[in-house]
Amino acid sequence: MAIFQARTLLSRSFSTLSSHPLRVCVVGSGPAGFYTAEKMLKAHQEAQVDIIDRLPTPFGLVRSGVAPDHPETKIVINQFSRVARHDRCSFFGNVTLGSSVSLLELRELYHVVVLAYGAESDRALGIPGEDLVGIHSAREFVWWYNGHPDCKNLDLNLKNTDTAVILGQGNVALDVARILLRLATELATTDIASHALAALEESSIRKVYLVGRRGPVQAACTAKELREVLGIKDLCIHLQEADLLKTPKDEEEIKNNRIQRRVYELLYKAATTGPSHPRSGQRELHFVFFRKPDRFLESDERKGHVSGVHFEKTVLKDVGDGKRIAVGTGQFEDLECGMVLKSIGYKSVPVDGLPFDHQKGVVPNIRGRVLRNTSGDPTLLEEGLYVCGWLKRGPTGIIATNLYCAEETVVSISEDLNLLASKASLPKPGREGLLHLLDNRKVKFLQFSAWEKIDSTETRLGSLKNKPRDKLTTWEELLKVARE
Amino acid sequence: MLVSRVSRAGILMLRGLSRGKLTPITRAGYIQRPYGQYLQPWFERQTETKVFQGSIFLKHHNFSTTTTANASEEGSEKEETISVTFVDKDGEEQHIKVPIGMSMLEAAHENDIELEGACEGSLACSTCHVIVMDMEYYNKLEDPADEENDMLDLAFGLTETSRLGCQVIAKPELDGIRLAIPAATRNFAVDGYVPKPH
Repeated sequence: MAIFQARTLLSRSFSTLSSHPLRVCVVGSGPAGFYTAEKMLKAHQEAQVDIIDRLPTPFGLVRSGVAPDHPETKIVINQFSRVARHDRCSFFGNVTLGSSVSLLELRELYHVVVLAYGAESDRALGIPGEDLVGIHSAREFVWWYNGHPDCKNLDLNLKNTDTAVILGQGNVALDVARILLRLATELATTDIASHALAALEESSIRKVYLVGRRGPVQAACTAKELREVLGIKDLCIHLQEADLLKTPKDEEEIKNNRIQRRVYELLYKAATTGPSHPRSGQRELHFVFFRKPDRFLESDERKGHVSGVHFEKTVLKDVGDGKRIAVGTGQFEDLECGMVLKSIGYKSVPVDGLPFDHQKGVVPNIRGRVLRNTSGDPTLLEEGLYVCGWLKRGPTGIIATNLYCAEETVVSISEDLNLLASKASLPKPGREGLLHLLDNRKVKFLQFSAWEKIDSTETRLGSLKNKPRDKLTTWEELLKVARE
Repeated sequence: MLVSRVSRAGILMLRGLSRGKLTPITRAGYIQRPYGQYLQPWFERQTETKVFQGSIFLKHHNFSTTTTANASEEGSEKEETISVTFVDKDGEEQHIKVPIGMSMLEAAHENDIELEGACEGSLACSTCHVIVMDMEYYNKLEDPADEENDMLDLAFGLTETSRLGCQVIAKPELDGIRLAIPAATRNFAVDGYVPKPH
């Protein structure tokens, strides 16, 4: 079967390409991967691009990160699907860099390897009690409600407590707060994973605290997300008006940053217009500023479970370059809760043979060209190896950021190919070699057509429940449908 | 906001349907897995579901085809257009005619002008960012809605006269408007601008 697949693919590729195609492999099929593929196909008519992904499903965080109640944001999947169906492009799901194929092997098979596999781990706070039951990373929670097969069985209990604390005030934190606070009936018609919807329907959480180390002027969210969470139906918003006082430094910061200015204005408006006392049972959202977590508190009744967070109050301190950081004041305060979601940033994970800057959590690179080490010496390059997306610049930005990020990486690739014109024209096995290798290792890769089967199954199942799709959320289900 | 735009699209589509002139999918490439399902309640689930899926993006294309076809038969309306100039990343100018009522995003795509449109005009991204090159024309536009400003916050190389191409709709006063497509790479690399975390 796999051999037959391979043959079909090869005959297709040979018929549409010159005898010496430029073999390109992109690792990761999220926005960074797809934008890179799209731009490579456009810039190099002789390029044959293979996109590999460890999951059977493409689109990375568009599928497993973007909130279910943001369907418009996911429309970009249309564009990515057109790229995947391009004559000179192929998608190979269920192929894991590091276990199915090593980085060294990929670099031998392809002229150009672009790593765009993002950030699949989390930053840690490194404070006592972080391992208590009831504390999760926001990423896990997001994967859980988005039906990522690795988080279906996340040990979440939404029925033990009425209070959740979210550490962080970025857009991920706001997404998570919104999913916890919106009425489940409103989420029922989204593509939220069914197991998540069922759990949220029974959720006893009524109070959510969004806690930030700095003030409202420095909140890391964007206006759209904030406007949305503030607009949740029948939600009582709490904010200490004292926190809204601005220092001259704050004024200056706001003046120079449109996003911060508009976020601050929204918070200000919410604080000054909102009702002050919730009715009993009404859901509450509390914005808490100038607090940093010091340690997690363990429950007396339920050993090993979290019962609260011990916070230290903070003030902003100048550290030069106009930058200000939050420093502790020595005053502490406890906040009781039965669940904590840490939304303090994603972290990339290196693979064997890849230079990695552990401090920054990225691959050392100059405009997408991978450097041999973190010394910053631009002459020490890893030939033919590039990065794009979160692995290149850290876990920030929106989908569109990858558009520009990919453009930059592809410009670097094109410049290098021009310089190395003679070398690059040496034939490489590319797709043929990859498929041969996967075949030998009995790795059952899945093509884009397999995803299309998953897609149509999910859409069909969704239509029965008045959802745009009902996601398949286990590896078994995904692989079964993909191979039907 | 979305509701009003959607219903506008719906009216156009319904008009097209009633004349029986509508081509279901005119640019097959565009809509493959649309999220049009979300729009259906507003349309009372017509039989031509497929037409409605992704209709926002296709509406004017369909509409203009319909009008042109009808103009000769009925002699009722003549397709009105305005002149628009797009200045691309390399400073190259492209002059196009845009029918009244069509968005600049659709117009760009119909004329193979490279303007991204990741969310296909649903006001959920900033990729169709254009810069209105003359303040005089910028002032002829209605002020951006909060939702558009929220997206403009995240646009690269934002200027005083930045707009989203999907929200600039051709009208007679805009005849002669010049729109620059920001040079993405330059903004990204030189200014080192990094938008706020997602």
